[in-house]
Amino acid sequence: MPILEFKNVSKIYNNTTKALTDISFSVSEGEFVSIIGPSGSGKSTILRCINRLVDATQGSIIFDGHDIKQADKKEIRQVRKKAGMIFQHYNLVDRLSVIENVLHGRLGYKSVISGVIGHYTEAEKEKAFQILAMLGLTEQAYKRCDELSGGQKQRVGIARSLMQEPRLILCDEPIASLDPSSSKIIMDYLSNINETMKITCIANLHQVDVALRYAKRIIGITAGQIVYDGPPEKLTKAKIYDIYQSDEGELITDVK
Amino acid sequence: MDQTQEKAPRPQDQTSVFVTRKRTFTLAFLGVALIFVISAVATDYEVIGGLESIPKAVVWMARHFIPDAKAWSRLPYILSKLSETALVSVAVTVCAAICAFFFSLPGTKTTKTAPWIARIVRIIAAFFRNVPDIVWAILLLFSFGENILTGFFALFFATFGMLTRTFIETIDEVSASCVEALYATGATSLQTVFNGVIPSSLPEIVSWVLYMIETNIRSSTLIGMLTATGIGYLFDLYYKRMDYSSASLVVISIVILVIAIEILSNKIRKVIM
Amino acid sequence: MSELDIAGQPPLSLEISQYIRKTRGGKIKTATKSRSDHAIKITIFVLLTLTIYGFATFNYKNVDIAKALAGTWSNIKVLFGQPKLTYGTWGGSLKALFVTFSLGALATIFGAIIAFFGSLLCAKNIANSFVANITKSFVAFIRAVPTILWVLIFTVAAGLGSVAAVIGLTFHSAGYLIKAYAESIEEMDEGTIEALKASGASFWQIVFQAILPSSISRMTAWTFLRFEINFTNALAVGAAAGVGGIGFDLYMAGNHYFDLRELGFITYIVVAAVILLEMIATKIKATVR
Repeated sequence: MPILEFKNVSKIYNNTTKALTDISFSVSEGEFVSIIGPSGSGKSTILRCINRLVDATQGSIIFDGHDIKQADKKEIRQVRKKAGMIFQHYNLVDRLSVIENVLHGRLGYKSVISGVIGHYTEAEKEKAFQILAMLGLTEQAYKRCDELSGGQKQRVGIARSLMQEPRLILCDEPIASLDPSSSKIIMDYLSNINETMKITCIANLHQVDVALRYAKRIIGITAGQIVYDGPPEKLTKAKIYDIYQSDEGELITDVK
Repeated sequence: MDQTQEKAPRPQDQTSVFVTRKRTFTLAFLGVALIFVISAVATDYEVIGGLESIPKAVVWMARHFIPDAKAWSRLPYILSKLSETALVSVAVTVCAAICAFFFSLPGTKTTKTAPWIARIVRIIAAFFRNVPDIVWAILLLFSFGENILTGFFALFFATFGMLTRTFIETIDEVSASCVEALYATGATSLQTVFNGVIPSSLPEIVSWVLYMIETNIRSSTLIGMLTATGIGYLFDLYYKRMDYSSASLVVISIVILVIAIEILSNKIRKVIM
Repeated sequence: MSELDIAGQPPLSLEISQYIRKTRGGKIKTATKSRSDHAIKITIFVLLTLTIYGFATFNYKNVDIAKALAGTWSNIKVLFGQPKLTYGTWGGSLKALFVTFSLGALATIFGAIIAFFGSLLCAKNIANSFVANITKSFVAFIRAVPTILWVLIFTVAAGLGSVAAVIGLTFHSAGYLIKAYAESIEEMDEGTIEALKASGASFWQIVFQAILPSSISRMTAWTFLRFEINFTNALAVGAAAGVGGIGFDLYMAGNHYFDLRELGFITYIVVAAVILLEMIATKIKATVR
């Protein structure tokens, strides 16, 4: 049974700008899917429709057996709890400590009041330390996030999403602001999490070569429509040209 | 020396840039001159008299505007009025800041309120900001009379309007990204405000509060003249009695207070930002 | 639901534990100890304490706050709900408004001229630091004296009238604009000035060929923003020092005729002018940033 299913989803911003047109695909549990496409093609709109940061205009999105388009406020919270998200600009609260940012992953589980006063159980804090250890950040636990490097910040972002005990991790351009070596570390962690923890991963990636190396399945979109959906091996240069409408495929000749 | 300078020959089109620039400057200069003449006529402003008055004023100040023994004996009273004005300014700013913070939240993008609510918040803030504090002061005098609360509320309304707009802008600028992430974890708006918005915007907010305290000390001096409270009242009193040496001590004490607060604020800002 | 499934969670290894900080009660700490957070906490604590101390010590003169607030509320309704001119005329009000505008404009023009030269003494990239510090201290002193006091001092020294008002307003404008202009100058490219210096250009050539053209748009924006402030200040000075303009009309309506409706009418005119200026200022700000 698929964990996520898009059925004829469309999104129109402000009644005028068409971001997504008739998108349909489904993702099985444990998959590592990469969505590629030029900027502005609708990649991040797809991710944000899943956790309802953006409301799709038409169609239905089934996540874990529930139609999230019909979800009310409470159910949206449930969906978001189960879907961790990491961002291009990390989106951490820079002035708080690493451990506090990781613990933010528990907010979806808390009553409003205990979340407001920031009351976390000892078990949750220990779990946070364990996740940090797994990501090699133990020594940074009490540092303020604005003292960290980009790569470290993104690992905090991953830790925060793992703290949610998610079934799905949505990665919105996770390495677009990072240098190549940090990018590799982040992608290795994501791939590791996907394989060992069996967490489904959907990653928007700008770099085609990275997508080809890490993903088990590629979805290519252009102007809000899916133009490719299949394994990386079958993504030919001609297809890449279709997706980017340019010779960006040249950049990755070494991969094919 | 000027003649020996060597300049690279200019391309043709660049010369025309200089010509148009010169023309714009000339036009701007003429425009400003016109405004100046019209304004001077409208206000009966004597340009020569104005220039002459400055040296005259300096001489006058050097002769009369200096604290004498009688003025120094009034220092404790002056300081008590000064501290009253300072305390009102702090209290006004703190109260207005607390109200403005919570009032500004529905006006920001961080709380995902309906657009019409955000609009109403902005309109109310604009109303309080654009009605000058002296209007509030004159209005409040009707019911409160010459009372410390008259100035308090007058400054409160103006500060509230000003800070609400500032906080909306600051919060949207500083916390937009972390707010999105917190919502994505399933946090409620209240949790997002306390875990994301407040920690990330607090330094900016404190900095604005310090700035408004400085501004309000100056404003409350003026309001105090209308409402007969604080240091403004005291200056007015000495001034009308033509006790200029006591009035000068009032000015000196205000200057020292304002500069001290400015220096302290800058120090605090350096540490917290 | 909020409890984690700890069954599958191994105890923390020694390696991790050594990095964990605990409170005296044995709980795991989460917050950092940064100087800045500390300073924020102390600042907020001091401000709140001063506020409470202030409220405790103010001399309220036994005013009945509830009654006064209720009275104010009904006054507000009259003020904004039933504006009406009795003592003044439409033409008179508009003329007074124009006088206030003009006071603001004169102070802005004088302030801008003084500030242009002052900022040359202040900007870090062209001025010598000794002169800059002296200028800055002088400006800080000028700014520390409330505008109304400058006006009153000059009223005695130069006689009542627009001269005192304009000079008083000019002092603060100059102080404000010197700071703003100096920042605009400091933002310009180091290389340009150095290149001109190297070519042997004199100080004034540098000023008019490099500095002025590259920072004029920012300076214009700041000047207009200051004009907006000067208008409100001219209003306040008009009311408190009786130098005329629509501020004085406000004062007369409220404190002399005790006519809320008249006050309301003038308030509407003033607010319309302020909103108009603010709209223009916002536009200018957007084009310059």
